Amino acid sequence: MKMLSRKATFNSHGQDSEYFLGWEEYEKNAYHEVDNPSGIIQMGLAENQLSFDLLESWLAQNPDAAGFKRDGESIFRELALFQDYHGLPAFKKALVEFMSEIRGNKVSFDQNKLVLTAGATSANETLMFCLANSGEAFLLPTPYYPGFDRDLKWRTGVEIVPIQCSSSNGFQITESALEEAYQQAQKRNLKVKGVLITNPSNPLGTTTSRDELNLLVNFITAKGIHLISDEIYSGTVFDSPGFVSIMEVLMDRNYMNTEVWKRVHIVYSLSKDLGLPGFRVGAIYSNDVAVVSAATKMSSFGLVSSQTQYLLSVMLSDKKFTKNYVSENQKRLKQRHQMLISGLQNAGIDCLKSNAGLFCWVDMRHLLSSNTFEAEMELWKKILYDVRLNISPGSSCHCTEPGWFRVCFANMSEDTLNLALQRIKAFVDSLSTTNNNQSRHQSNKNQRRKSFTKWVFRLSFRDREASER
Amino acid sequence: MLSRKARLDAHGEDSSYFLGWKEYEKNAYDDVQNPTGIIQMGLAENQLSFDLLESWLASNQDAARLTRNGESVFRELALFQDYHGLPDFKNELVEFMAEIRGNKVNFDPRKLVLMAGATSANETLTFCIAESGDAFLLPTPYYPGFDRDLKWRTGVEIVPIHCSSSNGFKVTKCALEEAYQQAHKLSLNVKGVLITNPSNPLGTTMGRDELNDLIGFAVAKKIHIISDEIYSGTVFDHPSFISIMEALMDRKLQDTDLWSRVHIVYSLSKDLGLPGFRVGMIYSNNETVVSAATKMSSFGLISSQTQYLLSKILSDKKFTRNYMKENRKRLKTRRDMIVAALRDAGIGCLKSNAGLFCWVDMRHLLSSNTFDAEMELWKKILREAGLNISPGASCHCSEPGWFRICFANMSEDTLNLSMQRIKALVGRIQQCRRGRVTHQDSGCNSRRRSFSKWVLNLCSYDREPDR
Repeated sequence: MKMLSRKATFNSHGQDSEYFLGWEEYEKNAYHEVDNPSGIIQMGLAENQLSFDLLESWLAQNPDAAGFKRDGESIFRELALFQDYHGLPAFKKALVEFMSEIRGNKVSFDQNKLVLTAGATSANETLMFCLANSGEAFLLPTPYYPGFDRDLKWRTGVEIVPIQCSSSNGFQITESALEEAYQQAQKRNLKVKGVLITNPSNPLGTTTSRDELNLLVNFITAKGIHLISDEIYSGTVFDSPGFVSIMEVLMDRNYMNTEVWKRVHIVYSLSKDLGLPGFRVGAIYSNDVAVVSAATKMSSFGLVSSQTQYLLSVMLSDKKFTKNYVSENQKRLKQRHQMLISGLQNAGIDCLKSNAGLFCWVDMRHLLSSNTFEAEMELWKKILYDVRLNISPGSSCHCTEPGWFRVCFANMSEDTLNLALQRIKAFVDSLSTTNNNQSRHQSNKNQRRKSFTKWVFRLSFRDREASER
Repeated sequence: MLSRKARLDAHGEDSSYFLGWKEYEKNAYDDVQNPTGIIQMGLAENQLSFDLLESWLASNQDAARLTRNGESVFRELALFQDYHGLPDFKNELVEFMAEIRGNKVNFDPRKLVLMAGATSANETLTFCIAESGDAFLLPTPYYPGFDRDLKWRTGVEIVPIHCSSSNGFKVTKCALEEAYQQAHKLSLNVKGVLITNPSNPLGTTMGRDELNDLIGFAVAKKIHIISDEIYSGTVFDHPSFISIMEALMDRKLQDTDLWSRVHIVYSLSKDLGLPGFRVGMIYSNNETVVSAATKMSSFGLISSQTQYLLSKILSDKKFTRNYMKENRKRLKTRRDMIVAALRDAGIGCLKSNAGLFCWVDMRHLLSSNTFDAEMELWKKILREAGLNISPGASCHCSEPGWFRICFANMSEDTLNLSMQRIKALVGRIQQCRRGRVTHQDSGCNSRRRSFSKWVLNLCSYDREPDR
């Protein structure tokens, strides 16, 4: 008899993908501007580190919020005892108003339809448990966040069937791609329970267009299935077109209180917009009372610390602060985004045009030795070990075309980003130099080629500290 | 449209355990606003020592305000989502856990996995150890929440190990074997035994003999032992607490297969009275379990803000030693109060030495030795005495008439009031019975009727017309 469950022993947690291997390499040799200037720069982590100063300054001016005080009185006891899975009412109120603000107040949310969970990771898994039985499937547009392979499938037994998107139209979701995915699921004898989109998209950094959203609404209506819209990046939209929430589209089409209305659910979190992944604040929003009810009970398995709920309820109730924060944060993201894309352009590398998120979807197809995922892996490793940048290869995001990479820009200082861009440029230059030399000295110049190649090799390794590895 | 899990009531929340809560919420006692309201005695919370925590917080404002030596650590914490947990916090936790066990066992922080509450820890362990359709054996009576925590999303079954009042509800070899056979009859693959030690709802610690029997059983059947030690810090009387780890070490089982099949669940919800902060953990000697549980903890990580605060509190050893000592003293005082008051009302309790509740024997107040009679009595206690207590049936007790009554989640005055109400109710019940017994003869119908009416009025004495 097997001692442990299959879940514990197989690697269906998905953590052997390169997405995680890059992290491990980084941990062994992390860049530090003083202690390890030639270490690996982490560009695979979608964190928002740009606006902590604003949060820190708010905390300094509002010490009571973290100090368990309300109007000068200690509420420690009340909070210490508060484990009600309906969540702290003041926090839910502030959160739905914040969500509304992010959507330009074009939609309003009812706090009784909001379920708090310990992070979006927990929210997504919980929704799977509520909407699908083991063996059933959700359709996800590719490329998608690698963590979904664990979050949606591991303990739930639910399958993911990809909706293949292509660079030919900027990776937008099409009717035919949706249909094809549905057919593919049928072929695999998988009952499709819904579609899950991330809007704005991770890893694309683009907001889903109104046309795409309308297509999705048509599709789920026709198939009688659910739609989950993970809007975790909704507050990071820094450029036009603006963010269109799925709720807005449903309202524009007068779908309120229809059956379809009840099959649309939003996932949110404060990890990206406010840059607080450590605090584990996620939420499910659903118009279906049965889903809200079941998810509320399931949230027992991952409640948000009352200490954290209280702190954030005070912060988010400060509307002056949140308005300023959201607008300033978006400004800073836009600036960083611009830095990254111009730096890459300067190295002859293009990005998918994007308007949101903490990363760019970068086109390095022209740097591949062949149009294959092996070549993508080869390039990724070069970038990891030689250029010393940890970025995310498209294959880890289930992209169907080799050569695309997700590169984060908001989780390091400006100087570090500049350094990363210099390294990329140097790398690309060295590649073209190598290529040029190889074409000129084809026939009798083996000797010179070898010594030149050696020089180029040394150039690539220039920043590598001989002593430390 | 929805999954089976979402549709069925497999969440277990329709049991009386939860129904009583709902009644309470509609009509909660408040000493000023609603002095005839329902007193909550079904909630195993520790409210006795907040003053100690509050005083610590007042003298250590850095910890809550996210500063360290005056410097802000906000950014560092805001970004910290490593499922290996805050190292300082885990180091403090293992020391705290060792101290609770009189330092007779040591724990390695690398074998500790942090989770958002013991609720999450128990479910996660179940996912790691068992497949859907497998079973765990649990001694009855047990915490009603296990029906949801261990079974709901995992698909794992619980098969009860029936314990009886004849030996103080101790786990016997025979009961273990019977449960195992029962599982087989149900075609269920037994993966392990889960015990709560100290026990909820019994309030007793497990004896060395029981632990040894359990160990022998787990060795013979090659199954796991999960020891939920969430109440380990609430042991206020002898005999002292013996952790499963101590029992294994005393028998020199460290290098055996069983060692890697024993896991502890712990939490700060009961000992420190902090259920709102969601601090739970799994401790396991099994690397694969630690590794899988660590990854699964992604679904319920502890807020870094909370990890930081508690790492500071627990690092103050002078404070924690004093806290634990004082807390136990206060729990014992409360326990003694309630036991004496119940005795005064002619009600006995199981002799206990731990926990936040007593296991109360009201079998003599049942109209018959049935669970229907128990439910009838429970409702009387809820509606007439205005006390929400937990009926044994909700804890899967095999004998009717036992109830769990909490004593640490209200003020002393409220506890006293609740005891007065019980005494009054018991008085009325016994009067009603005597009334029925003495007026048997048929010639006294009208006298009987008017007497019965008088007795009925007496029984309804405390009932407020507007409830």
